[in-house]
Amino acid sequence: MVRKMLPLVSLLLAAALALSISSSAAAQTPAPTQAAAATGAVKLTEWDYFTSGGAGRSGPAWGDILNQCGTDNNITIDRQSVPRDELISKTLLAAQQQQLPDVLMIDNPDLQQVANTGALAVLTDYGVDLTGLYKNLIDAGSLNGKVYGIAPGINGMALFYNVDLLNKAGVKPPTTWAEVKDTAAKLTGNGVYGIAFSAPATEEGSWQFEPWFWGAGGDLKKLDSPEGVKALQFWTDLVTSGSASKSVVTWNQGDVDDQFIAGKAAMQQNGVWNLGALDQAKINYGVVPIPKPDGGAAPGPMGGEVLTIPLSSNQANMQAAGKLVNCLLSDKTMLAWAQLNAYIPARQSVAAQAAKDTPAMKPFVDAAAAERSRPGPPANLGPDYSKVSQPLWNAIQAALTGAKTPQQALTDAQKQAESAMQ
Amino acid sequence: MIEKQRKSLTNGPIVGGAAASAAAPGAPRVLGWKQQHQLIGLVFLLPAVVFVAIFYVYPIVLNIVISLERYTAKSFVTGEAPFIGFDNFIRLFGNPDFTVALQNTFLFTLNSLIFQFVIGLALALFFNQRFPLSRLLRSLFLLPWLAPILVSGAIWVRLFDLDYGVINFVLRSLGLIQQPLAWLTDPHLALVSVLIANIWIGIPFNMVILYGGLQNIPNTLYEAAMLDGANAWQKFRYVSWPLLRPVSTVVLLLGLIYTLKVFDVIMSITRGGPANVSQTLNTWAYSLSFTSFDFGLGAAAGDILMLVVLVFGLIYLRYAAREGR
Repeated sequence: MVRKMLPLVSLLLAAALALSISSSAAAQTPAPTQAAAATGAVKLTEWDYFTSGGAGRSGPAWGDILNQCGTDNNITIDRQSVPRDELISKTLLAAQQQQLPDVLMIDNPDLQQVANTGALAVLTDYGVDLTGLYKNLIDAGSLNGKVYGIAPGINGMALFYNVDLLNKAGVKPPTTWAEVKDTAAKLTGNGVYGIAFSAPATEEGSWQFEPWFWGAGGDLKKLDSPEGVKALQFWTDLVTSGSASKSVVTWNQGDVDDQFIAGKAAMQQNGVWNLGALDQAKINYGVVPIPKPDGGAAPGPMGGEVLTIPLSSNQANMQAAGKLVNCLLSDKTMLAWAQLNAYIPARQSVAAQAAKDTPAMKPFVDAAAAERSRPGPPANLGPDYSKVSQPLWNAIQAALTGAKTPQQALTDAQKQAESAMQ
Repeated sequence: MIEKQRKSLTNGPIVGGAAASAAAPGAPRVLGWKQQHQLIGLVFLLPAVVFVAIFYVYPIVLNIVISLERYTAKSFVTGEAPFIGFDNFIRLFGNPDFTVALQNTFLFTLNSLIFQFVIGLALALFFNQRFPLSRLLRSLFLLPWLAPILVSGAIWVRLFDLDYGVINFVLRSLGLIQQPLAWLTDPHLALVSVLIANIWIGIPFNMVILYGGLQNIPNTLYEAAMLDGANAWQKFRYVSWPLLRPVSTVVLLLGLIYTLKVFDVIMSITRGGPANVSQTLNTWAYSLSFTSFDFGLGAAAGDILMLVVLVFGLIYLRYAAREGR
């Protein structure tokens, strides 16, 4: 009888195998973008994590920009987009086998950690021109005074609000914490949450919390200071009062934007790169800075990915990579990137131009200079940033889900951070 | 006869023994028939030995070595990882998340096994009675097993959703709960949620094997029991259950080892969160290595998991050996 079942089982197994093969094949297909191959062109490999992200078009947009610079410099580019979660582990394995790409893009808070491994080249040695770039971007891209990573654009966060929903409730966009709490409470009801933010157990959780944490006067070197606890208490209250969904601990920023577009959240904390998607969805929205407790814009973390040139024995390729990075840092490319993916141009003069061209970008450009590099000052954690950030995002999760009080959560996090940094 | 065979073998271009004798031409003593057979046997064994060495022994040894080193992101580039003895284990046991992960591993495994087995057995008994469409239904029950786990995980995330999930909708419609349950974000429920999903995934495996076991029990035994006046329960208790015992043990032990190593179910549903409350040793080891880049600590957690699996693996081998006798 078992034998009778065998054909069935083997058939089903074969089907399962076929399914898994086809799905993995689909998942692993890279998104190669070939620039026009001219004769004698240098061939460079590039890795980034713009798989789609943002408005769902950062992937192709980055491809366009790379292609343009490739064509201009007679360079063929073999591009691979790797999901954000996998990029660092892929990079480490590649470093071990000396198979790193010629140009590697990584999230800026990871830069110092990767540079600290000794795998990256100092950009100025390869002719990369850093004139006029935001100082906090240079900070984020530096380790021990040398610049290893740089970007054509940076990003930041603000509060987006749904103008129609605020008018209906008769409230104004908030400018202090008390107003955020109040406004969110008034906007909540009928299947709509007053505010949405994202607090997953990833760097995204810490990144979203930092404007509030720093706005209150918190210090990453001492997570459980009264100021830090006050900030976490504020977030926790938003969730326990029902003004924000309990699901915030599972949402990434894309999910938050989906909630906002669907009209399920009246306000959202999110990044500048969503401008495109919001315009496309024809949402009537406004933008205000994330406030400090008693008003005024809170300093947010500087966001964005930086380009690096991994060390290799192929000097010709490294020189070409330097040329490519320089082209990506040109005013023209920065403006194009701002247009395509709503990133703030990394050169202050160009950013001012972008704010003129796209008024919705103005609040973000205004805030850009005050944004902090996460591993940089004032805490200056350097390569140790992730050892603080991880306990922090766990503390946020523990407090928001009620597993611990904000005080307890941050005290535990501080202990963990200290033991990890030993 | 044997003499003749030997002679032909020394002349023939045959592996092992022939090569050895060719090295000493004219030597009166060549490998015996038995030794040659053993040698040929070993050659056949070689692919398996190489496979096991490369894909099992080497990674396990490497993992143990790394767990005794300060192995960080930097080690990948420089190749340097200082030996620090049992430091990683001391840090591991001192971490409050370790207790949670260990406890979760046991809770998760034990409950998965019990529910998968009981429900699987119930379904197997059910399908053992012939009724129209039973074959079709039985095949449909295999679907959870066939769907890629990441797909199942994504679907469960939707089902469990706090505000829009089907599960909360149904429970509320039935009046069983007033407030929606935060399946994925309530620290007391997150592990239960992944457990439910894992049980659902594991039921078909239990059902198929147990159904096969039931089919192997000769009908005559049930007929004899019926003649003795046994009712349905007695038929199960005194015929099916004892005869199913060998199959049950195998199912449970395989299920145990499989469940201890479950990774994708948890990663795709809660990622071990919120705040690590649904981590098992497996997912926690991964997060230590690939989120914290503390590969030494992650490897130490992996060692502990290997130890647990090894203990149960040995129990299984012992059992299998006893059954084989």
